Amino acid sequence: MITFSQEKLAKVAELISHYPQGRQKSALLPVLHLAQDEFGGWLDTPVMDYVAGLLNIEPIEVYEVASFYSMYNLKPVGKFMFEVCQTGPCMLNGSDNIIDYIKQKLNIKVGETTADGMFTLKTVECLGACGYAPMMQLGKNYREHLTKEKVDAIIEECRAKAN
Amino acid sequence: MGRKLLLEKAHVEGIRTYEVYRREGGYRSVEKALKMAPADIVEEVKKSGLRGRGGAGFPTGMKWSFIAKPEGIPRHLVCNADESEPGTFKDRYLMEFIPHLLIEGMIVSSFALGSNASYIYIRGEYAWVAEILENAIAEARQNGWLGKNIQGSGFDCEMYVHRGAGAYICGEETALIESLEGKRGNPRIKPPFPAIKGAWERPTVVNNVETLAAVVPIMNIGGEEYAKIGVGKSTGTKLISACGNINKPGIYEIDMTISVEEFIFSEEYCGGIPNGKKLKACIPGGSSVPILPQNLLLTTAKGEKRMMNYESLSDGGFATGSMMGSGGFIVLDEDQCVVRHTMTLARFYHHESCGQCSPCREGTGWMERVLKNIETGKGKMSDIDLLWDIQRKIEGNTICPLGDAAAWPIAAAIRHFRDEFEWHIKNPEEAQRRNYGLAHYADPIHVPTPPVTA
Repeated sequence: MITFSQEKLAKVAELISHYPQGRQKSALLPVLHLAQDEFGGWLDTPVMDYVAGLLNIEPIEVYEVASFYSMYNLKPVGKFMFEVCQTGPCMLNGSDNIIDYIKQKLNIKVGETTADGMFTLKTVECLGACGYAPMMQLGKNYREHLTKEKVDAIIEECRAKAN
Repeated sequence: MGRKLLLEKAHVEGIRTYEVYRREGGYRSVEKALKMAPADIVEEVKKSGLRGRGGAGFPTGMKWSFIAKPEGIPRHLVCNADESEPGTFKDRYLMEFIPHLLIEGMIVSSFALGSNASYIYIRGEYAWVAEILENAIAEARQNGWLGKNIQGSGFDCEMYVHRGAGAYICGEETALIESLEGKRGNPRIKPPFPAIKGAWERPTVVNNVETLAAVVPIMNIGGEEYAKIGVGKSTGTKLISACGNINKPGIYEIDMTISVEEFIFSEEYCGGIPNGKKLKACIPGGSSVPILPQNLLLTTAKGEKRMMNYESLSDGGFATGSMMGSGGFIVLDEDQCVVRHTMTLARFYHHESCGQCSPCREGTGWMERVLKNIETGKGKMSDIDLLWDIQRKIEGNTICPLGDAAAWPIAAAIRHFRDEFEWHIKNPEEAQRRNYGLAHYADPIHVPTPPVTA
C-alpha cells in the first residue's frame, strides 16, 4: 500500500494551501518531487495514481506531467544518479571526456545502471552552472569543475555512503 | 571599477541571513514603497528605464502598467527563476548569495502591482537554492515583511517558492504559468497576455529574478538616478555570467559602459583566454543569440568599438550583430569547433522543444541530425543549405520564441562560419582528428550572405 507518512501528508496539505482554493492541481510538481524522493527515486504507476488521488485529479493528468519534465524518472534508477551536463559551455570545457571516463570507470553506457544498482549515468542539458564546467548533478546538489580525479573521489564517496 | 547596485553586498559575511542583510540597509526600499501610492512606484520604475533582464529586454515599468485591475479578482506577481538558457547562471548566484535582495524587490513589486500572493518559480535542479529562498522567506515573515498587514501598512502579501522539474520551456512566461498550475509546460497562444489572463485566469506579471532585484536600488536611489547609470536605453547595471574559454569565469556586474574587448581581456573581468590562445568567437547573450566571430564581436561593421550594452551588442542586426539577451556570455578559443558547439545547441533545443508546434518539434530534431552528420564526417555539401532552409522555416512560425531561439544559433553559425562547415564536409577524416582553427577573416569585414532556397 503506497502512502505518505503523516508528516509528508501535512507537507502535501501545506503545499496545496499555497495555491488558490480549488486549484490544488497546482501543487502537482512539488508533490511529485516529494513522491519521487519518498518512493525509491522514481515514479511507478501506482505512485502516480496515489498522487492523483491526493490532489483529486485524474491519473492521466499526473502521467502527462510526469512524462513531460526531465527530473521525474519513469523507470527505476540507481542509488546514485550522475547527471552530467553536455551542452555547449560544458562541452567547451571537456564534458565529453568526463562522460567517456565515467562510462569506462563504471562500465556502463549513458542511460544504464550498474549491475549492483548503485550508479546510473545520464547526460543532461544545461543545468545553469556554465562557469563551473564541467559539472554534474548528484542528488540535490551540483558537483562542479569536474576532473577524472574528482570523479574517482565522488564514486568512492558514494560507495562509502552506501555501506 | 563599475558601480555595483546588486552585488555590492553579496560578499558581506553572513549576508544570506536576515540579521546581516537588514543591518546592511536591507528592506529600506519596502519602508519607502509602503508610504507611496502603488502607481507612483510603477512610475519610478518607468523612469529608471529598467529593461527585463531575462532576455527580451522589454521595459519593466511598461509591462507593469499593462496589468488589468478588474474589481474583485486577485492579481499575482510571479518571479521567473527558471534560469535555463545555456551560458546563463546569474540568477542562481543572486538567489544563492543574497536571497533577501530578491525577496525585498518582490515585496515592493507585489505592492506596486497589488499582488497578495506572489510566487518564485525556480528551476527544479536548483533544489538547494529553493531551500535558501524558503529560509529567507520565513525570516522575512518572522520580521513582519511578509504576511498580514506588513509593517502596519494594511498591505498583505504571502510569498511561495514553486520548484519546476526540468524544462527549459518553462522560462517562457505562459509555459511557466501552465507549469505553476500543475500542467505540462506548453506555451499559450497570446493574446490574452498574462497581464490580462495569467495564472488561474487572473492578471499576472512575470519578471526575471535580476529585474525584480533591480527594483530595490531603483527605489533606494530613485528612478532618475538609476537611469543616469549606463548609456542610452541601457540603464542601470547588468549581471553577466561569463563562461567558456576564459581565465576567470563567473558573475560580473557591469554598468554597460565598458567595451566587449575590455570585458574579455581585462583582469577585472574575464582575464583573457587561457593558455595564451586566441579568441575565435563568442555568444554574448545566452545560447539563443547569434554567435559572432572575433572581428565582429570586438568591432561593429561600422568600425566602432562594440560595447557591452543592449544597443551596441545588437548593432548591425543579425547580419553583423547579436544581442544582450540574458547576459550569458560564452567564449570560444581558437581550438574550438563551431560545428560541434552548434550541434550541442541544436541537441539542447531539440531536447527542450515542448512538441506543440510542428516546425519546432520536427525541425529541431532534424537540425540536430544534420549537424551530427556533418560533425561525424557524414555530411553532404547540400546539408548546409538544408540547415539554412529548416531554421528559416522554424523562425516566426511557432507559438512561442523557442522556435526562434533554436533557429538563430544555427543561422548565425552558418552566416559567419560557413567555411568551417564546408571544410568539415570536404575533409571528413581530418575533421575527426583536428579542429578547423581560426576563420580566415576578410578585411574589411566581409559578410557572406547564405543563399535563400525557396
